[in-house]
Amino acid sequence: MTFEWDWAYTQEILPILGKASIITVQATVIGFILAALIGLVFALLRMSTLAPVRLATGAVVEFIRSTPLLIQIFFVYFVLPEFGVTMDAMTAGILALGLHYGSYCSEVYRAGLDNIPKGQWEAATALNLSTLTTFKDIIIPQAIPPVVPALGNYLVALFKETPLLSAIAVLELMQTAKILGSESFQYTEPITLVGLFFLFFSLVSAALVRQVEAWLKTRHGGA
Amino acid sequence: MEQVQSRLVVAIVLSFFLGLMVATFADVRVFLPELLRGAWITIQITAGGIVVAILAALAAAIGKMYGPRPVRWLAITYIEIFRGTSALVQLFWLFFVLPYFGVTLEPFTVGIAALGLNVGAYGAEVIRGAIQSVDRGQWEASRALNMTRMQALRRIILPQALVAMIPPWGNLFIELLKATALVSMISLGDLAFKAQQMNQNTLKTVEIFSLVLLIYLAIALVITSLMRALERKAAKGLSRGRG
Amino acid sequence: MSADHPSAAPMVRFENVRKSYGHLTVLDDLNLDIAPNEKVAIIGPSGSGKTTVLRMLMTLEEVNDGVIWVEGDPLTHMYRDGKLVRANKRHIRQVRSKIGMVFQHFNLFPHMSAVKNCMEAPITVLGLSRDEAYERSRVLLDMVGLGDKLDHYPGQLSGGQKQRVAIARALAMRPKIMLFDEVTSALDPELVGEVLNVIRELGEAHDLTMLMVTHQMGFAKEFADRVCFFYAGKIAEQGTPDAFFGNPQNERTQQFLSAVLEAD
Repeated sequence: MTFEWDWAYTQEILPILGKASIITVQATVIGFILAALIGLVFALLRMSTLAPVRLATGAVVEFIRSTPLLIQIFFVYFVLPEFGVTMDAMTAGILALGLHYGSYCSEVYRAGLDNIPKGQWEAATALNLSTLTTFKDIIIPQAIPPVVPALGNYLVALFKETPLLSAIAVLELMQTAKILGSESFQYTEPITLVGLFFLFFSLVSAALVRQVEAWLKTRHGGA
Repeated sequence: MEQVQSRLVVAIVLSFFLGLMVATFADVRVFLPELLRGAWITIQITAGGIVVAILAALAAAIGKMYGPRPVRWLAITYIEIFRGTSALVQLFWLFFVLPYFGVTLEPFTVGIAALGLNVGAYGAEVIRGAIQSVDRGQWEASRALNMTRMQALRRIILPQALVAMIPPWGNLFIELLKATALVSMISLGDLAFKAQQMNQNTLKTVEIFSLVLLIYLAIALVITSLMRALERKAAKGLSRGRG
Repeated sequence: MSADHPSAAPMVRFENVRKSYGHLTVLDDLNLDIAPNEKVAIIGPSGSGKTTVLRMLMTLEEVNDGVIWVEGDPLTHMYRDGKLVRANKRHIRQVRSKIGMVFQHFNLFPHMSAVKNCMEAPITVLGLSRDEAYERSRVLLDMVGLGDKLDHYPGQLSGGQKQRVAIARALAMRPKIMLFDEVTSALDPELVGEVLNVIRELGEAHDLTMLMVTHQMGFAKEFADRVCFFYAGKIAEQGTPDAFFGNPQNERTQQFLSAVLEAD
């Protein structure tokens, strides 16, 4: 079999893939906002003074991190309706992405929180700040900026996993490419284009993360 | 410490629920054997993928660090492409596109190759970081003893880099295990595939997907504890002393 | 001494050697001949380029300009069509086999026992059998007083013992030239003596050319045939220990010696 890249076909499918990429970007952005929030909740729960809360949260995070995202997507989409929680495929997919990457983000936050010197807590206590104020005004503003690059890496990772939503027939890039391929029996162009799309944005985001990293370093004077 | 405790809690909860399920659901007898057959495929692909990943990572890391220019570029291209695109895209590409180039592989082979190469690209950076973390004096001593770079790498540097590599590789193996679920999408009968199949056949959605999650967790726990043991063993070999 | 006749060639010759890192010149037009079996002590304040001399001879650093010769053969360069060109790896490896080095921080291989540290290069580089390499290493470790520590790992040895293993490891390659780079600087004071004693015996019993960068003025005075004082990338003064320590000519030398001897 000889191989030839079909430019006419490429032109034909590019607009369709372009439209589908909007869904991919939507899933990425909303999924990551969710992940960032869930991660913070997990991280704070893991600092709880109650040992059972700490251990249970740790176990949940460990569980989510050790099992495949694909099965978690199925779980949210197929199992939750049995308990009366019904949602469309896109919502289910985004929720699963948020939960999965939230458990990763919680570890990142935890590293950031662990790096706050003990003196900061002690100073807050000495000033008689409430726990909430201490977290809100003293600890979190110091803990988050240094971990932004690590969070950025998970944003890229989440982005690259959005093709999994094709498994529950969300019409994102991969699903669209597969449908195009099965209609025309030409898989090379759609799948390669999807690959290039991901490669391009991954490289761009990786460069952005490095920029942020460098900027943070100068801002904090390497302290 | 807390990490270990969490893992212990996970293990206890896991065995409790597994026991509860087998005891409660009569239908378990219907779908459990199928799921276990799927789990066996999952384990095989994970094992195969691990071998491919280690070999690819070693070649790419050494190629990138010490290869002549063409080799270095090849290694960088491999690493960037496989880290820059999705595992699923890579899997589909090898499965759907490669035949157009006249290369048709079994789904099983495609699964191992795609996942192994994907994880190998991340592993290459792990190996590179670990090699760079070895004290420069070790290279200088090897050079003063007139060893070639490859002799120094193989006999002196890599054995010491190994200890630093084991924990990140443990994480990568878990990622690989999780990624094996993707092969269900090229109709390979792994655990994720059987889960969907049994779900359609029996409609025992809750039981099946819960059980499948627990089986994945069990395999992950086995990998984690194996890597822990390996880490302890390797650390012992090195703890006899910094030179 | 002339380089024209191999028999009369110096063991080591630095010819117009220059080394710089960016704008910082570490060694400026160094010319130095070392005779076979000569023991040369290199002293000087930190940053004077003295360690760089050894590291270039061991080919751990490249020279920017000039040529280093070993027994009349170029080390940093080689002949191609009758012209001197930069040496390739194979040439360097061939000439470098005459040189051994002991480092300030030992650089022992932490995952190998003392005897394995010594056996490694003879097996992989020289192609000795395990038995031959073991026998050679055992004899050498015995000579440095560690005959009972063959199977100890570096982490189980004291600093002085580690450094003696490092000396045995270098000797196992049968070098003609031994380089000692501040080998006692990382040691506790009470362990310095045992290492210097080994070097002293080595100098008496073996046909070795030795270059040592050292801060031990007493040892340099007693052991060396010649003392070279480096200052700001140049040899400021050199001579026999008696002349050098007894009657230093250079002002820098006088300052340095009075500062060092005062500290003692």
